[in-house]
Amino acid sequence: MSYTTYFIEFTYLAAGILFILGLKGMSHPESAKRGMHLAEFGMLLAIIGTLLHHEIVDYTWIIVGLLVGSVVGGAMAYWVPMTAMPQRTALSHAFGAFAAALVGIAEYYNYTHGFKLDEVTHKALELTRFDMGAMGFEIMFGSLTTTGSLIAFAKLQGLVRGSPVTFKGQNIFNMSLLAATIGCYVYLIFVPGAATVFYVMLGLAFLFGVLLVIPIGAADMPVVMSLLNSYAGLAAAATGFVLNNKVLIIAGTLDGFSGFILSILMCRAMNRSMTNVLFGAFGSTAADAGAGGEAGTMREVGIEDVAVQLAYANQVIFVPGYGMATAQAQHIVRELSDVLEKKGVAVKFAIHPVAGRMPGHMNVLLAEANVPYSSLYELEQINHEFPSTDVAVVIGANDVVNPDARDNPKSPIAGMPILEVDRARSVVVLKRGKGKGFAGIENPLFFKSVTGMLYGDAKDSLTKLVQAVQHA
Amino acid sequence: MSSETLIDSFYVFALAAFLGYQVISRVPPLLHTPLMSATNAISGISLVGSIVAAGARLSTVATILGFVAVTCATTNVVGGFMITDRMLRMFKRKPTAGEKEKSAISQSSNNGKGAA
Repeated sequence: MSYTTYFIEFTYLAAGILFILGLKGMSHPESAKRGMHLAEFGMLLAIIGTLLHHEIVDYTWIIVGLLVGSVVGGAMAYWVPMTAMPQRTALSHAFGAFAAALVGIAEYYNYTHGFKLDEVTHKALELTRFDMGAMGFEIMFGSLTTTGSLIAFAKLQGLVRGSPVTFKGQNIFNMSLLAATIGCYVYLIFVPGAATVFYVMLGLAFLFGVLLVIPIGAADMPVVMSLLNSYAGLAAAATGFVLNNKVLIIAGTLDGFSGFILSILMCRAMNRSMTNVLFGAFGSTAADAGAGGEAGTMREVGIEDVAVQLAYANQVIFVPGYGMATAQAQHIVRELSDVLEKKGVAVKFAIHPVAGRMPGHMNVLLAEANVPYSSLYELEQINHEFPSTDVAVVIGANDVVNPDARDNPKSPIAGMPILEVDRARSVVVLKRGKGKGFAGIENPLFFKSVTGMLYGDAKDSLTKLVQAVQHA
Repeated sequence: MSSETLIDSFYVFALAAFLGYQVISRVPPLLHTPLMSATNAISGISLVGSIVAAGARLSTVATILGFVAVTCATTNVVGGFMITDRMLRMFKRKPTAGEKEKSAISQSSNNGKGAA
């Protein structure tokens, strides 16, 4: 091995270690920043190392690609609002997976057209079964994640309807499509040179990605985001198998497992299985279940009443949901909490794991609005505090506070762990209109005697509340 | 690829999977969004594969595909790390009484940026 090769291998090893240390830092907000700098340094090392690779003879396209990518990525990172974080993440899953798929396709093309030469003998290399096995895996996962993530992006961005798209025999159709894709893959392992089968597999995988995500409703997005995260990572890891590059395997596997763990956590937070999320088309079938007889009257409350209640409370807990994100209300929520704290009210925020459209969505929004993270509480930490809380303020959250999940075994969300706001002394629900939540499930919380409904845009209502509380 | 290199790769995969599980399970839900963008940026390391594909000039097709892959992967690496940093900077402890005044000053100067 030449000294350059040693150096390249060294940068890869260093990068692998630095990535792991970087993610280890993520266990606490204080160490996370330093951890990320380590990971960034590792990435820089690996890129410098790669640029010295002896196979590279022409830098033109590399430089153009690096420049264009940096400008696009940098601009997106700088200007994207925090509320659009789920969309941006979906898009980056698509980019990552697409890059992996393209590298796989390029490799396959070079092999089958005799461009891939042995380094010593300079003879065209044969595509072995092992190569094909890894490459096929990379391309399947890469392409289905690309289209799947693009659909998720379109749904989150509101380019297409967020509600599930279903048709008759959908699951059977999807399953047959998946079987056909895997069939092509297995065939290719035995006959790696079958180019037609290869491109059919590629097309089928792209199509399967679309069909996998269209039946999934907006409420299930946190699971899907995590799952696509996992697939994009696995595609990158498979690229490492193809190129025999260990740091790629390490980084891809870390990403894959991170996504996998997150999707399990999200499923658990909804008390549903992965199969149910992927093939259940939630929100279309559940529409009229569990609505039985509960419909009482909802009590509407005014700004002044709520302001007095809040100003004279000992403890207030805010429960944000996706509605806070759509109303861009995180800054005004913080203002309200500041005003209340000045009046001596203890203010806490209760965050449900699946509130919002991706894991941790609410935490980031509130952090953006300068709410200190020590005021944010997880479900298990805060639930026992509701009975001793004077006012729980629900901002654009619905299913995560639905007491039916706990009390009504027939409810479509039965068994889902909820924030038990109905145990608080009083509840104020900020809600756009009188309609049902995105899952179309009736929420008995709204009919309870402790609950007051404050209709209107969350941002407007909160702005008025801030003023009213100051005068109260 | 021979069966030996494949087995080597599986060793690395298995160990990384185990380590990943240990490390990631310790990340609090508070940081799940930055975690996702960080792992995304890290898996942008597939850039090293794309760079070789784009620069080896083995075939025109591979160069074009490699170029697009370099662009996509760089977008992820640069964008992913930048946005992770941006998010992590937002996570703050509860300020003590003395720090509170300071942060009030820096907040008012940051307001324009926060609104955008």
